[in-house]
Amino acid sequence: MMMSSMKQIKHHLTEPLLMGYAAGTLPEAFNLVVATHISMCDTCRAALAEYEAVGGEVMMDAAPVDVAEDALAATMALIDQAPAPQITAPKPTAGGIFPGPLRDYVGGDLGDIKWRKVGGGVSQMVLETSGEASVRLLHIPAGTAVPDHGHRGMELTLVLQGAFVDETDRFGAGDVEVADEDLNHTPVAEAGVDCICLAATDAPLKFNGFVPRMAQRFLGI
Amino acid sequence: MNIDTQVLSKSGAASGLHAYNGLKAKGCRQPEAPKVTTEQTTKRMAWVTQVYAVRDHKDKAAFAEIFGYFAPRVKSFLMKSGASPDLAEECTQEVMATLWNKCHLFDPTKASVSTWIFTIARNRKIDLLRKQRRPEPEDLPWGPEPEPDQAEVLGLQQETEKLGAALATLPPEQRKLVEKAYLGELSHSEIAAQTGLPLGTIKSRIRLALERLRHAMK
Repeated sequence: MMMSSMKQIKHHLTEPLLMGYAAGTLPEAFNLVVATHISMCDTCRAALAEYEAVGGEVMMDAAPVDVAEDALAATMALIDQAPAPQITAPKPTAGGIFPGPLRDYVGGDLGDIKWRKVGGGVSQMVLETSGEASVRLLHIPAGTAVPDHGHRGMELTLVLQGAFVDETDRFGAGDVEVADEDLNHTPVAEAGVDCICLAATDAPLKFNGFVPRMAQRFLGI
Repeated sequence: MNIDTQVLSKSGAASGLHAYNGLKAKGCRQPEAPKVTTEQTTKRMAWVTQVYAVRDHKDKAAFAEIFGYFAPRVKSFLMKSGASPDLAEECTQEVMATLWNKCHLFDPTKASVSTWIFTIARNRKIDLLRKQRRPEPEDLPWGPEPEPDQAEVLGLQQETEKLGAALATLPPEQRKLVEKAYLGELSHSEIAAQTGLPLGTIKSRIRLALERLRHAMK
């Protein structure tokens, strides 16, 4: 019944992340990584459907609360006055490497990114989301190592192009690495193609000091 | 057992009948009917019929049926998620209006009506309570079939039914945790730390239930 995966994705979203996305309780930055991965991964798309179904059953189970007496009439009036706002999920497009949700946030594809150097050859662009967590695109030149670093919270890293290898495994396009405080690693971009990642973290960051601190962490100072 | 007859005889919305007759009339392959159809699954199939009646005929009676059942549950869900009664009321009406406006996007081979309404309510909750943008996964390149395979539709409703049943049989503390996770009372790290067991349990129960079902359908 389930279609086979379009790409060879080996590293998937964790169940708590899928559930949090289904429930609508994750920070926006994490939601973006989840939605982008699901756009690339049929396995996680199917798993998400299960978690959404659980949500539906939780809602069905809730003791009903009376709606206003004129609620149905008010809703019909709402339908009549505001015909069908057409907000739909992003459509897949040919060409480019960014799946729809990411393209929406960036306002374009890889060629539209304004990279800022953070040291060691690595560049980034921070995307604007709510403050509970932050998300950025990373550009790691082929063959470059990101100096050994730890994580202050949970970090999700989704590979969009190329691949990186760290102490745990190899991560190729579509793979997502879920790291927490316990993981210290030295990701190295594979030779050949530059590695482009989308990375979100809920470490408490102050935006003003973000870039210097990132550089600090990358340089291991 | 004839599924059509059973669905039709229990459907409250008279005009929903056209939609189902339409399904049958196109002369596609009629797969063998599954052997299990509970009262609850019949109800779910009736909701599908009602959504189709709204989609195809702007059927207000069918919409009223869906509204009567789901609006009080959506409101309850929103209030438990932290909305005031007034906000929850307003938000519920918007959710139900969205259902009307987007009924052409409903795909009963992918979601039960309860699941679909939940996702609409969840998205509205993020907009309104959390005031955030909601990144959505890319659509699949194909949209919902106008007249999907009926056995596939029934299968999905049954799976969802099994899931609801599995949820209901969880020990109370585990069930409480799952509810809290969906109501936003647990952070994602707390979920990671605490709900591994109930989630694993739900999933293994669903898997068992699905295997039994598939076996029964052979």
